[in-house]
Amino acid sequence: MVEENPVMTERENILSRIRDALRVPARRPLGMTETPLPKPEDHRRVLPKVGPSESDRISLFAANAEELRARFVVLPSIEALETEMRSIRDAEGWTRIASHRGEMTDIVCAKLGVPVLLTDGGYDKNELEACQAGVTECDALIAQTGSVLVSSRSSGGRALTVLPPHHIVLARHSQLVADLPEAMALVRKKYHPNYPSMISIITGPSRTGDIERILVLGAHGPKKLTILLI
Amino acid sequence: MSTAAAKFKKDVRRVTADLHHRRIINTALDGYAVKRDQKKSLFQDWAGARRLAAATKYEAINGLDRCLEQFVRGLEARGAKVHWASTGQQACEIIVDILKRRNARSVVKSKAMTAEEIHLNAALERAGLDVVETDLGEFIVQLRDEPPYHIVFPAMHLTRGEIQETFRKRLGDAPSDNPEELTMVARRVLRQKYIQADAGITGANFAVADVGLISLTENEGNARLTGALPKTMITLVGIEKVIPRLEDLALFLPMLATVGAGQLISGYNTLYGGPRQPGEPDGPEEYHVVLLDNNRTRLLADAEKRDTLHCIRCGSCLNVCPIFRNIGGHSYGTTYCGPIGAVLTPVLKGLEEWKHLPYASSLCGACTEACPVAIDLHHHLLEHRRAAASAKPSWWQKLAFKLFAPVAASKLLWALVTKSGRIGQKLHPIVLGTRLDPAYVWTHTRDLPPIAKTTFKEWWRRTRS
Repeated sequence: MVEENPVMTERENILSRIRDALRVPARRPLGMTETPLPKPEDHRRVLPKVGPSESDRISLFAANAEELRARFVVLPSIEALETEMRSIRDAEGWTRIASHRGEMTDIVCAKLGVPVLLTDGGYDKNELEACQAGVTECDALIAQTGSVLVSSRSSGGRALTVLPPHHIVLARHSQLVADLPEAMALVRKKYHPNYPSMISIITGPSRTGDIERILVLGAHGPKKLTILLI
Repeated sequence: MSTAAAKFKKDVRRVTADLHHRRIINTALDGYAVKRDQKKSLFQDWAGARRLAAATKYEAINGLDRCLEQFVRGLEARGAKVHWASTGQQACEIIVDILKRRNARSVVKSKAMTAEEIHLNAALERAGLDVVETDLGEFIVQLRDEPPYHIVFPAMHLTRGEIQETFRKRLGDAPSDNPEELTMVARRVLRQKYIQADAGITGANFAVADVGLISLTENEGNARLTGALPKTMITLVGIEKVIPRLEDLALFLPMLATVGAGQLISGYNTLYGGPRQPGEPDGPEEYHVVLLDNNRTRLLADAEKRDTLHCIRCGSCLNVCPIFRNIGGHSYGTTYCGPIGAVLTPVLKGLEEWKHLPYASSLCGACTEACPVAIDLHHHLLEHRRAAASAKPSWWQKLAFKLFAPVAASKLLWALVTKSGRIGQKLHPIVLGTRLDPAYVWTHTRDLPPIAKTTFKEWWRRTRS
């Protein structure tokens, strides 16, 4: 039997069908005579408005978080962050949590007094699943949508931000960006061309409305999302 | 009449008379409409956003070869394997081969309409693989052996009681009909599946060309887990899903969520670019992306209907369609239902067999208005009708127009017919509801509004004098 390279063949087949098809131009949509690719400023003009100041961003993020049923707390110092973490630990009766190596996670986890599974060097899936919380850092917070931007490089891999039932995000003021265009610019600036294998914009705890369109939190991912900003 | 058309007619007759069904769908869609409008109002300029989105998709689709090549280069540079499939069968074979080579037995899958389109689950089951849908709605309809009811809300036609019954029968676990408790049953069952699964299969919402990343939108976190835990990850993506640049997501993610589900942005919007990279703690050892044509190039070759490839599968045209509301998602008998389905299906599966779908429309244009990328949907429906009528004209339509033309052309005949219509309607109650009624096809399910007492012309003459 003659060995062909079927991958190459189908690739060429599909691309040549596409090129043939595109010989006839299509009418532009909505009566437009030209369709230049929009710039971030164009996007910013149509998307929901975000105020210019830092306090605008914080209050918008807070309002979005509340609507999404995420908990958002602004803390004055790293000491206040440690206190807040201890009180969550006590309220939820933690016996084991998971985290990853990072400037803030290192400080916070060291003083919690509960065993911490670090995902950095690999981990057992069942052990991670049994942890009561996942504490991670992030790439950015997005005020416009109340979202947290994480990646497999910044936040302890792919599973840590989604497998434990409570996801706690530690962020700094400088990480709060205004809107989605700014968040995309940040992703490109920080990672291009060497992107992490996963980048995720997390907005609120895991949710579903698949049964009679009634909102239920914790469908598969975290039931709780806490964002602590210092 | 084609077999598909006969089945369609039968199903439509049953569903439109089902008041229980109508109540469920109306409640769901009315709730959706309120939330969608709330979120839309947050945009500074929705019409402007729509223009930008339409222009962006136009550029992507009309430069599809370049976009795809760029997309593939980016993915391959990170060690992802890209496969090209001209047909659904090829795509299924590619995926089954990957899974066999990886000795996979169990597969978790996150919701993908392309997978429905190519009947991937059936192919996987034939190959002896255990495949579980992880999106809650898909999980429910999979347990019931049903196709999804709606592109975005697969189980919107079911009540909590029906879902409880399904869980009790198939899982032996359904403590109550409380949506939260039912969701937690699914959570418990599926968590173990993610951990045990050998492979994860996902769809894609966007293929971001300039950076070679897949973008996947969901709310539940099931796609996140599907992409995080198994050793092999496969993404099936239609070639039309490309957008030119990473920055375009800033526009498309909130627009998709707004019209798709009445959210400003969905719970998880995740970019996947390859297998686990050096220095990363987890993620699949292998990442495969399967690019699917399956007649999309046929749509591309039709310059008139090429804009249907702009579709981002948000489902908003279904949600506003008065026909969809009444006949429901299953009646269409196709993977893609509603107005977009009625436009796509005749091209993807043949006009002769599926020409009844473009007629399942009032041509009100609500779909076109709702479409975030401004696809000219009702225009395409009309085009399909024209093509179907000229390919195979129906004898009774020809006869009707032969009779109508001379009447409409003559003042005298027109006046005579409209006047006699008014007299005729006075006698109508005698035969109304019986087979003797000449308007029976209409009147056995609908009211016939009374013809106006005076014609416009008579009214005009009277009020002007």
